[in-house]
Amino acid sequence: MAAKSTLKNMALCLTAVCLVCSAVVGGAYAVTADPIAEAAKAKTTASIARVLPEFTAEPEQGSIAVDGANYSYYKVPGTGYAIISATSGFGGVLTLMVGIAEDGTIHNTTVLSHSETPGLGAKCTTDEHFISQFRGFDPAAKTLAVKKDGGDLDAITASTITSRAYALAVSNAVAAFNKLNEGGLDNE
Amino acid sequence: MSSKLHFITDGFVKNNPTFVLVLGMCPTLATTTSAMNGLEMGLATMFVLILSNIVISLIAPMVPDKVRIPVYITVIATFVTVLQLLMQAFTPAVYETLGLFIPLIVVNCIVLGRAEGFANKHNVGESALDGLGVGLGFTASLTVIGIVREILGSGAVFGWKFISGDGILAFVMAPGAFLVLGFLMVLFNKYLAKK
Amino acid sequence: MEYFLIIVSAIFVNNILLAQFLGICPFLGVSNKLSTATGMSGAVCFVITLATVVTYLLNRYLLVPFGLEFLQTIAFILVIAALVQMVEIVLKKISPSLYQALGIFLPLITTNCAVLGVAITVVTKEFAFGGGAPHLFNLGEAVVYAVATSLGYGLAMCLFAGLREHLAGNDVPKAFKGLPIALITVGIMAMAFLGFSGIV
Repeated sequence: MAAKSTLKNMALCLTAVCLVCSAVVGGAYAVTADPIAEAAKAKTTASIARVLPEFTAEPEQGSIAVDGANYSYYKVPGTGYAIISATSGFGGVLTLMVGIAEDGTIHNTTVLSHSETPGLGAKCTTDEHFISQFRGFDPAAKTLAVKKDGGDLDAITASTITSRAYALAVSNAVAAFNKLNEGGLDNE
Repeated sequence: MSSKLHFITDGFVKNNPTFVLVLGMCPTLATTTSAMNGLEMGLATMFVLILSNIVISLIAPMVPDKVRIPVYITVIATFVTVLQLLMQAFTPAVYETLGLFIPLIVVNCIVLGRAEGFANKHNVGESALDGLGVGLGFTASLTVIGIVREILGSGAVFGWKFISGDGILAFVMAPGAFLVLGFLMVLFNKYLAKK
Repeated sequence: MEYFLIIVSAIFVNNILLAQFLGICPFLGVSNKLSTATGMSGAVCFVITLATVVTYLLNRYLLVPFGLEFLQTIAFILVIAALVQMVEIVLKKISPSLYQALGIFLPLITTNCAVLGVAITVVTKEFAFGGGAPHLFNLGEAVVYAVATSLGYGLAMCLFAGLREHLAGNDVPKAFKGLPIALITVGIMAMAFLGFSGIV
């Protein structure tokens, strides 16, 4: 039924299959490269729109190192910064995007990815009371920590670790923002 | 034509990959946290299954016996990569939800199993129908498991919540997958025994 | 310290079988006897570690520098298939008895989701152990993670095989016999392992 398993046949067959498959994959890659880039950009822009006030300018991407950790950020001229900050949550890495207005107050935060427990830490994306605490939060006037740690934030019920990680991520973003400002990196 | 249709119906009952053949367990347990996820995973797998069945039944006569497994794996991996790229471009949200399990379709025993056990011995038409049948059976199983887990675990069906708050969360977490699959298998076996 | 955390996490907290759902097919198929379970776990451990090292290096020095990440799936699975073939040949020469004992299971390791799953996870997922910033594994951490993951695999396999040997001698209702009761048992095991979450 199948061809004979001679060395020549096997080599020929494997080469042919490799060539055809490479061509197919390469073709698919070429066709999808642009849509993939656009989809990624749309997702980022949507996240930035969630954390910063309405803007029309084009966000500029950048990266800054604070205390040995790298933070990538999007600067929207005239509006503020959207900084991506990640910390260790309960079940894994918790990644947030924090929108900080030019005056240093936090406009809003959104979770980009998490591995928290459903029904407990996962509430960090849905618990309106918890999330609303960060809107308009002024890090200069209040402390970015949960009340248990001497701060001004209410934690999510029964999810102190997730809440702590969230607060830490936000405060790291604020530190990055401060460094960006003092470094004189905003060049309008 | 009706004689060929049995290839499709077989995939639902006689050759049901989840409850009878017990293949492709990994995505079955991992992606059925909700009905929608299960449905999407099933459809993604079916896409690869149909295409790989077709191609493998076409090239089987030309492939030397000793290299057939690496060749089949390469063909399947090609289609999985194409699927990955297409999903990243056009359905990025689904791609992120299913995550690691999209590339893992390449080691899904169902795909290689049907290629090795069916497609290389039948013609293109029958192989395509078999891929469709087994794929639909897989999708149906995943969706059913997803529905049960979503109802019990989140109090919702396809995202439509009918209770406020959470359900029995254990069902959308690891233990629930095993338990639901186990109990559904009992029901399926009872149904088969009655026939 | 970080290595210790990786080990605890990979074996208990994120057990590859009970939390990540990788490697289930052989888990359900091979685990009715403790002896086959241990043999299988050993073989899988070896393949996972070797495969992780090779695919990590392939990714780091060939795929990433040339922007070929989209070829990860194909490249990795072919590497794994080749490795398993090599292991078969080597094992046949140096330990024919072990080769016989493993039988059909050795070539089946190629299609074990755990091997490809670990290989892909190690090069794509960022981890933050010990409170550091989330980062991709370096080679050392990758090896530790791979070995620890396979130990977790072996642990779950052997625990389960022990349970199943007991189950076989018990009075199980007819409809539950075989796989259903096995799955329910694993479900309860998974619940037990859930208790480890949050430790790391």
